[in-house]
Amino acid sequence: MANRIELQKVSKTFGEVQALREVDFILGENEVVGLLGDNGAGKSTLIKIITGYYRPDEGEMYINGEKIEDLTVPKARELGIETVYQERALAELQSLWRNIFLGRELKNRAGLLKINQMKQETHRLMIQSMGFTSSAVSPDSAVGTFSGGEKQGVAIVRALYFDADIIILDEPTMGLSLKETRRLLDFVRGIKEAGKAAIFIDHNIFHVYSVADRVVVIDRGKVAGEFMTKDISLDDLMEKMYRVAETGVLE
Amino acid sequence: MDQTGKGLTEEKAEQNYKEPFSLSRFARKNGTQLGIFAVFLALWALFIFAAPDTFLSANIYWAFMATIPFFAISAMPLTIAVIAGEIDLSFPSLMAMGMVAFILTYDATGMIWLAFIASLAMGLIGGLLNGAIVVYFGIPSLVATIGTQFFWRGMVLVLSEGSSGSLVYAKESLLHSLLVGKIGGALPAQFIWLVIIAIFCWVLLNRTRFGAHVYLIGDNAESAALMGVNTARTRILVFVLVGVISAFAGVVASMHVNFFWPSLGDGYLLRTLASVFLGGTSVFGGIGTIFGSFLGAFIIGAIEAATVAVGLTGFYTQLIYGLIIVLSVTMHAFLRRRME
Repeated sequence: MANRIELQKVSKTFGEVQALREVDFILGENEVVGLLGDNGAGKSTLIKIITGYYRPDEGEMYINGEKIEDLTVPKARELGIETVYQERALAELQSLWRNIFLGRELKNRAGLLKINQMKQETHRLMIQSMGFTSSAVSPDSAVGTFSGGEKQGVAIVRALYFDADIIILDEPTMGLSLKETRRLLDFVRGIKEAGKAAIFIDHNIFHVYSVADRVVVIDRGKVAGEFMTKDISLDDLMEKMYRVAETGVLE
Repeated sequence: MDQTGKGLTEEKAEQNYKEPFSLSRFARKNGTQLGIFAVFLALWALFIFAAPDTFLSANIYWAFMATIPFFAISAMPLTIAVIAGEIDLSFPSLMAMGMVAFILTYDATGMIWLAFIASLAMGLIGGLLNGAIVVYFGIPSLVATIGTQFFWRGMVLVLSEGSSGSLVYAKESLLHSLLVGKIGGALPAQFIWLVIIAIFCWVLLNRTRFGAHVYLIGDNAESAALMGVNTARTRILVFVLVGVISAFAGVVASMHVNFFWPSLGDGYLLRTLASVFLGGTSVFGGIGTIFGSFLGAFIIGAIEAATVAVGLTGFYTQLIYGLIIVLSVTMHAFLRRRME
């Protein structure tokens, strides 16, 4: 099977700032790729192009071997790309079920929402996948009342519920407790075991190293280098990261 | 979406989740609506107590049903706009501009239905313009609609040359009896229209994707966009809704008096806004109900009659408006904090 995602010479400019320059990027069929890079290196821009939020100025994009033009967020989600955003992309005043179905609400032929069905599904997911057991939480509970880990759970379950093959996690461990972080890393390993692919972005190099098959280092809008995690020690990787941050080159 | 549909039906048989009913949960979920309902009942009781002659006779209620819809109709779509985190201050001018389109079309063709359609189309254009300015130029709707409010009012004055006009020709028409006739000789048709529009807006808001997206955009527009909600289309549609329904309200208000004033709508701006906020819709967006605005409009409408009936002079009306609005909005803020 073809690569899940392939970017060729993708560039993106915001006004004066060139966020990405001729970036090549590949995500294999059953691979977890870690994206590393300092703040402002272009990681977020790269994933927002893959999720259809930004359009690249130049370059080509292939998803599951097919050339894609004019990708939009709904189209990307239809192609099986789901994202767990850094800010979790939750509407905090709204109920749990509205957040789970955000942007793809179920509706009947008359165009009316299937509210009961969405609540039922949410309730099932709460028990089976989110680990909510407290009776104080219901599909009607506002998400804003949840803890950081619970919110992350909502964002992840939302990504998985719709049968995504490509899961993008943008700084998913931010604000999580140790225990919650461990659960999250287990979850990323679970993606690989399920035969799917993931892009994992995190500041914490330990987290990335422990779950990624391959690490791509981005610096100042360019791919500075990539390594298979089995071929490089954590110490070497860290050493290289420092050097990139200071000089812009790996060697 | 189909792939999810399949999985769902299978699961359905094995478990059927039912929300356990509890009074506290119900109160928490509907806090703002219960709050405004309590205010509504309390004020009503107070009015009956203070002026039994007025408030125990049916006449006052027929009068409310006749006059409150003029500003309450616009409050329905405006509630949707405020939930989406927007505001539209231009709707009073669009009420008048719709009537200008009505009169110009009638003068040119003599067809009253065409005139009616022209007024709604005018509202649509005004709404589209508001939406386009806000969405494509990124101008906050408060500022954008202050501008269009002056623009359309100016257009009304220029086109009408500042003069008012009789609509006596419409008096015998079917449109007239449909919009402002009296059903059974007593029930004003405009009240029925208010109820229809309220139900229509309620369904839009609570039972369609559009409504779901309105709540999401008002709550967190960035998240909504990241998750693939077409925020531009939804927001433009919100302004179109306000424009068209306000133009409709303008026709209703003018038909009622068989007269067009170039200042049509001017007095409604603050009452309509007050109805929406009184009803518990949050100025920060993401929260609000049609039911609340509906009750809010009747509270606002009743205060004026009540102050006079109670024996205070009309000078007290605004003072009491102010008191009740400030107290209610404070109550909503308090309830909301308790709910969290």
